[in-house]
Amino acid sequence: MESNDLLRWNAGDGGQIEIEADGPWTVTNAVALDSLVDAAAQAAGTGPMIVDMHGVTAIDTFGACLIERLVTPAKARGQKVVFKGVLDQHRSLLDAVARVSDHTPLPPKKRSPLAAIEGLGRSLIDLGNDLSALLVMLGAIAMAMARVIRRPRSFRLTAAVNQFDRVGLRSVPIILLITFLIGAIIAQQGIFNFRKFGAQTYAIDLVGILVLRELGVLIVSIMVAGRSGSSYTAELGSMKMREEIDAIRTMGLDPIEILMLPRVLALVLALPMLTFIGSMSALVGGGLVSWLYGGMSVATYITRLRDAISVTHFEVGMWKAPFMALVIGIVACTEGLRVQGNTESLGFHTTESVVKSIFLVIVLDGFFAMFFASIGM
Amino acid sequence: MSDEAPAIRLTDLVVGFGNNTVIDHLSLDVRRGEILGLVGASGGGKSVLLRTILGLLRKRSGTINILGANPDEVSSAAMRAVERHWGVLFQQGALFSSLTVRQNVEFPMREYLQLPPRLQSSVAITKLGMVGLSAVDAEKLPEELSGGMIKRAALARALALDPDIVFLDEPTSGLDPIAASDFDRLIKTLQKALGLTVFMVTHDLDSLATVCDRVAALADGKIVALGPMSAMLASEHPWVQAYFRGQRARNNSIV
Ligand SMILES: Nc1ncnc2c1ncn2[C@@H]1O[C@H](COP(=O)(O)OP(=O)(O)OP(=O)(O)O)[C@@H](O)[C@H]1O
Ligand SMILES: [Mg+2]
Repeated sequence: MESNDLLRWNAGDGGQIEIEADGPWTVTNAVALDSLVDAAAQAAGTGPMIVDMHGVTAIDTFGACLIERLVTPAKARGQKVVFKGVLDQHRSLLDAVARVSDHTPLPPKKRSPLAAIEGLGRSLIDLGNDLSALLVMLGAIAMAMARVIRRPRSFRLTAAVNQFDRVGLRSVPIILLITFLIGAIIAQQGIFNFRKFGAQTYAIDLVGILVLRELGVLIVSIMVAGRSGSSYTAELGSMKMREEIDAIRTMGLDPIEILMLPRVLALVLALPMLTFIGSMSALVGGGLVSWLYGGMSVATYITRLRDAISVTHFEVGMWKAPFMALVIGIVACTEGLRVQGNTESLGFHTTESVVKSIFLVIVLDGFFAMFFASIGM
Repeated sequence: MSDEAPAIRLTDLVVGFGNNTVIDHLSLDVRRGEILGLVGASGGGKSVLLRTILGLLRKRSGTINILGANPDEVSSAAMRAVERHWGVLFQQGALFSSLTVRQNVEFPMREYLQLPPRLQSSVAITKLGMVGLSAVDAEKLPEELSGGMIKRAALARALALDPDIVFLDEPTSGLDPIAASDFDRLIKTLQKALGLTVFMVTHDLDSLATVCDRVAALADGKIVALGPMSAMLASEHPWVQAYFRGQRARNNSIV
């Protein structure tokens, strides 16, 4: 005989057990009841089980589930279970719970011992899929472009202009600021270090070549990937989530033409513009430091700059810009379309979009360096 | 029943957006333990009324009293204690998309109660069973559910804490008639067993006729008719007449 004020039981000789439930069987007592019920179920023999519930003052779903857990093993073994003294207002809930209780939770998925190898294989396949998805998107955008060239009326000019405003014009202030600071930092480091062997005017060569050829376009691309690529992915992703893209498709329209093409084109136009503005701003930053910190006059800076750099350096930087834009736009659109129905995947693909486009921009810059070196530019 | 303080008392409530007044000096009592059905034209402000009672929209004037607490007067801690005693089924489900169905139901339990995990998940599975979802469905993500399944899962979540009041925004829309009447029976069962108060926005004439103790008709921002089905049928208000004596009502042989 076990004694407490919620659940008492008395196992008889014939294997039968008499169980007496008492007091409030509600969520407030759930923790205590949880262990009591397990103990009582353990104590049950092989005979009939009698559950006396006349002392139960209140019951909620938590209590009803516990009662169900108490009797399920006995029922499963084919023993007789008799309820006594169930109040009318409790019976309907107990019945409702009993009706659905044969659903047991599924066991959690087992981790296979080869999971690590499986993961490696999967990520390799994913890499392949990534590349082909990017190529597919590039192809789809090229096709859409071709269609638009044939029928210029179908081009979404308003959308493209709107996107150009968002990704181009509105990023001008932040691009100006960042590239100005980068130019200033390069100049300061150049002057500081070249001064040791009296070659501080070479700092100007450094600023000019580095900014125009490499850093201007690279910094701007990275900024744009973070600022605009991520917002493309988030926008397209949440449209995908809310079936808006499916709605466009079912209307017989092409989401690539309506959503992606204007965005990618806006980026392809905006990035060269931002690169130009950014490079100029970096040169101004470099000039300011040369004057204030290096003690060179503005005239010296300009003359030296004119000697050091050629139009080629400028052209190399500018040529790269639209390709960088294409990479950023395609990655952003591809990742946006991969978003599944849940918010977590939206966050995941937005991050992926930024990480992948920055990575690809830098890799592409490496290829461009080799290419321009081999054609002698 | 009626001598007790009402579960919800709305007095002179005004809610609007800009110069569009949606709820206009509305007063309504919801008694403890009753199932009140709210009907009204599409776009008539039923969801707005519901969201205002829940504190999701700001009212212009009037008072709200839920379970004896006035949100304007009591502290936010006291209000949270009241919120633990209500459950809400939103019109679009509003399931957490990154949690499985079972985790969605367990979420309020985990936040408010310290339960053994096994009991928590078995109660969650039971609630899901009660609304007609299987243990297999319980491990799915919301995106893998049909519209009707989302409704059911959201109802199970609204009922997770055995609330005193549940607010249901069109619970049976999107369910087939059999599932809808199962649902009605479930609401009735829970009401009897748990003394549940139900505030239900619905267009389902069957639900209104079979489970609702009283019906409130919202038109022009006010309650224009209130009472059992017979009172609706007897009402002189033109919109109420059109609603309850129209073709659809006749087909449902309510008249
Ligand atoms: N956030 C909001 N801003 C402005 N107006 C709103 C807002 N939410 C609702 N409304 C307006 O309030 C009115 C009532 O809308 P509500 O969603 O309450 O309708 P409803 O009665 O629930 O209709 P349904 O049966 O279609 O769900 C509508 O005119 C709607 O345009
Ligand atoms: Mg609504």
